[in-house]
Amino acid sequence: MSVDQDQSTQLQSSIKDALAEQSSLRLIGSGSKDFYGRELGPQSVLDLSGNRGIVSYEPTELVITARGGTPLEEIEAALEAQGQMLPFEPPHFDDKGTIGGAIAAGLSGPRRPWGGSPRDLLLGIKLLDGQGRIMSFGGQVMKNVAGYDISRLMAGAMGTLGVLLEVSIKVLPKPVEEHTLLVDRDPDAATSLIGAMIADSQPITASYSLADKQAIRLACSHQRLGTIRSRYGLQESTESTGFWQQLRDHKLDFFQQPKTLWRLSLKPTSPLELTEPCLQEWSGGLRWLYSERPAAEIRNLVERQGGHAIQFRNGDRSGDIFHPLHPRIAGIQQGLKAVFDPHGLFNPGRHYANY
Amino acid sequence: MGIDRQSLAAEFLNMLPSDCVIYRQEELIPFECDGLSAYRKVPLIVLLPYTVEQVELVLKYCHRQKIPVVARGAGTGLSGGALPHEEGVLLSLARLNKIVEVDSENRLARVQPGVRNLAVSEAAKPYGLYYAPDPSSQIACSIGGNVAENAGGVHCLKYGLTLHNVVQVTLITIDGERLTFGSTGLDGPGLDLLTLITGSEGMLGLVVEVVVKLLPIPERQQVALAAFDDVEIAGKAVAEIIAKGILPAGLEMMDNLSLRAAEDFVHAGYPTDAAAILLCEVDGSEDEVSEEIMRVRQILLDSGAREVRTAEDETERMRFWAGRKNAFPAVGRLAPDYYCMDGTIPRNQLGKVLTMIGEMSEKFGLPCANVFHAGDGNLHPLILYDANNEGELEKAEEFGGEILELCVAVGGTITGEHGVGIEKINQMCAQFPDPELETFHAVKAVFDPHNLLNPGKAIPTLARCAEFGAMHVHAGKLRFPELERF
Repeated sequence: MSVDQDQSTQLQSSIKDALAEQSSLRLIGSGSKDFYGRELGPQSVLDLSGNRGIVSYEPTELVITARGGTPLEEIEAALEAQGQMLPFEPPHFDDKGTIGGAIAAGLSGPRRPWGGSPRDLLLGIKLLDGQGRIMSFGGQVMKNVAGYDISRLMAGAMGTLGVLLEVSIKVLPKPVEEHTLLVDRDPDAATSLIGAMIADSQPITASYSLADKQAIRLACSHQRLGTIRSRYGLQESTESTGFWQQLRDHKLDFFQQPKTLWRLSLKPTSPLELTEPCLQEWSGGLRWLYSERPAAEIRNLVERQGGHAIQFRNGDRSGDIFHPLHPRIAGIQQGLKAVFDPHGLFNPGRHYANY
Repeated sequence: MGIDRQSLAAEFLNMLPSDCVIYRQEELIPFECDGLSAYRKVPLIVLLPYTVEQVELVLKYCHRQKIPVVARGAGTGLSGGALPHEEGVLLSLARLNKIVEVDSENRLARVQPGVRNLAVSEAAKPYGLYYAPDPSSQIACSIGGNVAENAGGVHCLKYGLTLHNVVQVTLITIDGERLTFGSTGLDGPGLDLLTLITGSEGMLGLVVEVVVKLLPIPERQQVALAAFDDVEIAGKAVAEIIAKGILPAGLEMMDNLSLRAAEDFVHAGYPTDAAAILLCEVDGSEDEVSEEIMRVRQILLDSGAREVRTAEDETERMRFWAGRKNAFPAVGRLAPDYYCMDGTIPRNQLGKVLTMIGEMSEKFGLPCANVFHAGDGNLHPLILYDANNEGELEKAEEFGGEILELCVAVGGTITGEHGVGIEKINQMCAQFPDPELETFHAVKAVFDPHNLLNPGKAIPTLARCAEFGAMHVHAGKLRFPELERF
């Protein structure tokens, strides 16, 4: 077990060394999401896993502050002991993951439409930028509109703007009980039934759909579950709640295919003309697709529906992995990169080429 | 600045229908301030375009001519964000007021920026949906302004701020290009630029269309009103509710001065001898609410509430809320003028902060009523003064400034939901060191390299901070030296 340690000073000097040597750095926490993003050339590694530990956690403030390298497992255990949770249910690929990596990758688990995303829940950061400056943005309070919201910009930035030395995240009470119901209908009927249940404010916290299996997770007492079951004519699943964890961490059989895995983000009701089966979460807002179709074809299909596509795992990783941007927006992104990392130190090319 | 009002008006009259261009001195006066009327400036010209294309034309022209542009929505802002620029254009988006689409299946509404906040919920109501953020100005304030300020309201703890309820915005850049940020799905590609735009106070671009998230109207809402003999005990009761795993839809506190004012004004049924009251609302399905409100009641009693009442019916619930929602105008009746502050603090600092505000109130000789979004730590001290008394406005401003610096010192922020605007620009220096401020300026320059959009607002120059610092560091000491700095 590593010990809690504030390594900001060491990390700051590593940045200064890299600046002096004009080299670039690959930021790594636990390495659980190394597969994600564009391929990087040979680079020095900046290991962030030693900068770890919970800095403060006051359950009644609903905020936890931790150093970026703190394992997700450690944070979740501390929250669990107080009956709380990270509402975005971050994936633990390979049973690993750090809180800094979870924020930087911006990925959420099955609870996302109901619990929020990393950007929704991130309240503040301590950032080490590409000039070796340590700066604080946001804070530990929920409402804060002083200055531009720089902290939330870091969620999903793939570590391209700086090192997240510390993050403050809003936490929520964890449901006392969660249950899984099977929605025994054909896919279209199931989708509309789940839609109706959401409209009725039923306490749904996850949804799953693949071929002829549709399931939802509900946060409620057993007694209330009975009422919901009879109201909508649903069966309780024999599946344990561990199923949702396997979904979150991509451990289900579906995720073991050797083909290219695409992550499609769309409006829940958007139709997609595909013959391959999609695994759907977020009541249709997130779809996983294994396909060897040309990237352009998939991106066009999704873009026509106002969504975007990420080549999540496998396939050629030297081209575009994330969805290409409108040229002007790409320019703004490049401009922001120059603000935070003017010498191109951090993860060059991992998010977008030339960025 | 070379251009005069007449020739500029002639330029715009060539570009826009004549009723879009306001340039006569007497017609410009109504636009000289927003909701913060202590600050006033007459703009060079006011433009009221009807279409997005007209907004593009205006911006292209202003960009070419290097004319400052200040955007204005409904003008209800409380920090002077829409205070005009004397040598610039005040661009009102009030006429872009259409609800373009309500997509009930995906629970989204596409609206123009001039649509009033409450009008979105009214349009969504037939579908059993509503728009959650509810700033107290929601009858009048517009969605464009809500995006610019990242507006809040009384339901933020459970339902979030504007930024959690807006999924996409279309923005016109200073050089007139139309860009869309965010997505109608649950995330978008690239850096999340929507987070920068939300709350950017008209400094990065002009929002011309917004897609907001709608929520199902809960089956039932119920509120508990608890009276306390001590403000600090009320603060602890708030922590206790959260500790017990309850996430109220609304959790509001009022101190004695504000609750008495509200009672006199709307007869809400508040116990006027209480040191503080808490309003705790829960919502959800019928059985869920019944169960939860009983738990809330017990927690409040166990935490030392003198009395807890739950609303008998919907009329009484609305009455309990009417007192809170009218707290500002109610307090306004106590004095000729009041100055509304907007700090956020960690909830556990509430007792300390209220005690210190009490001491400041004595020091300045000005009464102060406190209204508190207790659930999310957002404190609105209302300083009472009379602008007709020589020097009293300045005293109120200094008092307010001290409160905000105190909020920063206990680990909070100078503004929770009203924005920095022009009002809190000096206190930004207390909250942020130079590298952070430099970063903010650099971010603005990426969007607006010539500093034409709302110049001089929201982010102070380093020179201004140096001057402000010299004024405020007395004998080499910071304010509140006894407090640990965060």
